Amino acid sequence: MTIVAEFKIDYRQILDPKGQLVAPLPRFAEDLDEVVKMYAAMTRVRVFDTKAVNLQRTGQLGTYAPSLGHEATHVGIGAAMRPEDVLAPVYREFGTQLWRGVTMTEILTYWGGDERGNDFAGPRGDFPWCVPIATQTLHAAGAAMAFKVRREPRCALAYIGDGGTSEGAFYEALNLAGARTLPVVFVIVNNGWAISVPVAAQTATKTLAQKAVAAGIPGVQVDGNDVFAVRAVVSEALETARRGGGPCLIETLTYRLSDHTTADDASRYRSEAEVKEAWTVEPMIRIREYLYKAGVWNDAEEHALLQDCARQVDAAVNEYLHGVKPSTDAMFDHLFAALPPHLVEQRATARKYASKPSGH
Amino acid sequence: MAHGWEMQHDDSVVVIGQDVGANGGVFRATAGLQSRFGADRVQDTPLAEATIAGMSVGMATHGLKPVAEIQFMGFMYPALDQIVNHMTRMRNRTRGRLSCPVVIRTPHGGGIHAPEHHSESTETLLCHIPGIRVVCPSSPARAYGLLLAAIRDPDPVMFLEPVRLYRAMRQEVSDDGQALPLDRCFILRQGCDVTIVTWGAMTLETLRAFAELEAQGISAEVIDLATLSPIDSETILTSVAKTGRLVIVHEAARNVGVGAEIAALVAEHGLFDLHAPIQRVTGFDTIMPLFRLEHDYIPSVQRIVDAVQFTLAD
Repeated sequence: MTIVAEFKIDYRQILDPKGQLVAPLPRFAEDLDEVVKMYAAMTRVRVFDTKAVNLQRTGQLGTYAPSLGHEATHVGIGAAMRPEDVLAPVYREFGTQLWRGVTMTEILTYWGGDERGNDFAGPRGDFPWCVPIATQTLHAAGAAMAFKVRREPRCALAYIGDGGTSEGAFYEALNLAGARTLPVVFVIVNNGWAISVPVAAQTATKTLAQKAVAAGIPGVQVDGNDVFAVRAVVSEALETARRGGGPCLIETLTYRLSDHTTADDASRYRSEAEVKEAWTVEPMIRIREYLYKAGVWNDAEEHALLQDCARQVDAAVNEYLHGVKPSTDAMFDHLFAALPPHLVEQRATARKYASKPSGH
Repeated sequence: MAHGWEMQHDDSVVVIGQDVGANGGVFRATAGLQSRFGADRVQDTPLAEATIAGMSVGMATHGLKPVAEIQFMGFMYPALDQIVNHMTRMRNRTRGRLSCPVVIRTPHGGGIHAPEHHSESTETLLCHIPGIRVVCPSSPARAYGLLLAAIRDPDPVMFLEPVRLYRAMRQEVSDDGQALPLDRCFILRQGCDVTIVTWGAMTLETLRAFAELEAQGISAEVIDLATLSPIDSETILTSVAKTGRLVIVHEAARNVGVGAEIAALVAEHGLFDLHAPIQRVTGFDTIMPLFRLEHDYIPSVQRIVDAVQFTLAD
């Protein structure tokens, strides 16, 4: 017998759940101001998330997919990307989007049922939220193809969930990216659950990172609750891709501490003990501990940060709630570059029967 | 409930889909089935619609009757390859040697403030495929009877479940195993001035329009199409022969909609019965907007009333 292929999957962690360094400090983390900035971004998205769920519960927001527990993965990736790179998100990656300049008001506007929320003032090239599972991975591969053809030193980064790795589009994207050496990074956020279906029911593989093997691209697993490790691994992958070294598949291990969305009730299918256990390794504690021990953070700073986040979130919510209702015309105005005549007629009908403007 | 009855009485019936097991389906349609019938007969699938449809073809050709759930109609498209190229063709291309008794259930339509891709009505895409029935019930009782019929049918059936009815309508349904006929319309209200054909959740607005019209002294006959493909032309033509006027109401976009097929049918076989041009009251040929505008998209009671009055104008 001859072995014709072998593979291994590395697991990366830098900060353990107690905030202890278990690997060399990456360069970016030597700058404690930068670490504080990342911690502040994680805190802000958690405060925002809590508020968004409350808005949904009080009938002021549509169905919302909380990002609770994903803060290290989302902020680590945001910090690793360059502004000129392109993000293809799923529907939960608010930490990355906020870092890249999407506003909280835009997030609320979209999840409040209004397409104007997709018209980001910030990262103009980023893709909007993507609800049809795994489809975005091919968009990222396509954007990367455009960068390659146009010889631009830019990368695309696509998110996907653990459940999404069961879709054909995911494998097609990996395959294409590998075959064409595209500057794209795929990140599987493995939070354990695809609504009610656990990872073990999606696949028999030990890791999701090893899905890379069949595409001939590197795969690596990261502690997704460790913002240092996530940023370090994603930065390396992006820089390799940018230099023409091809794509990478990264699996970040984290946990969905919330329900799948506000329309879900996770208590129907998973145990309280499991969730309780996950809270002991969640991403905020370790980075906060690290900052306290480094002597750059204290209770007063923490209090001030929380107040500042609450103020920012309140301002965004206020702007969202007082925004004007979208015009009935909006469903026609952006359908084509120029509206065909039959739709001009239909638009007149829509105007005639439009419901009265209403609040949320 | 229909699932439960048929699984109890037919061992070959299995339920598959995303979150249909412990979670009981995102709209709770399969709640309790896994604990009652076990994980072999009520299976959560991986998150992959092509898998659900393709696996159904394999299961159905080899002794099982899958009742598959696609979580939302907007996520159906990866399954279409399997539906169009295999599920609907297997009987024909094997000259009857293999067949696909599959039911694919999926939520249909908007009106419940759902996120993007959760509110579309794209039944036309399905109705154009030869070899598959497309069914859309308009009440819990009809959902029960038609789902039983769909499961018992020897050919594939797309079963579209209007989401507004999940929320809007509660009705006692007797769990008696009685199926309703496929390929037949249901006459919901008898009338003599105008025929209104509709289906799914638009029966809600249409019946409200019926009441308004009745108050104005206009007698409308309301027909629930129920099976969108193939169409029960006899019931529609008989009604139009009586009323001489036809208004078709659907939530889906107008262009090449099922309403156009009904209008063509009446033009071909009942043109000389008509006293007025056929009217269609439909969703617009736009993308279903996110929910702040969805009620500007879904046809209103007033639009239906106005269309009826147009057919009655001198």
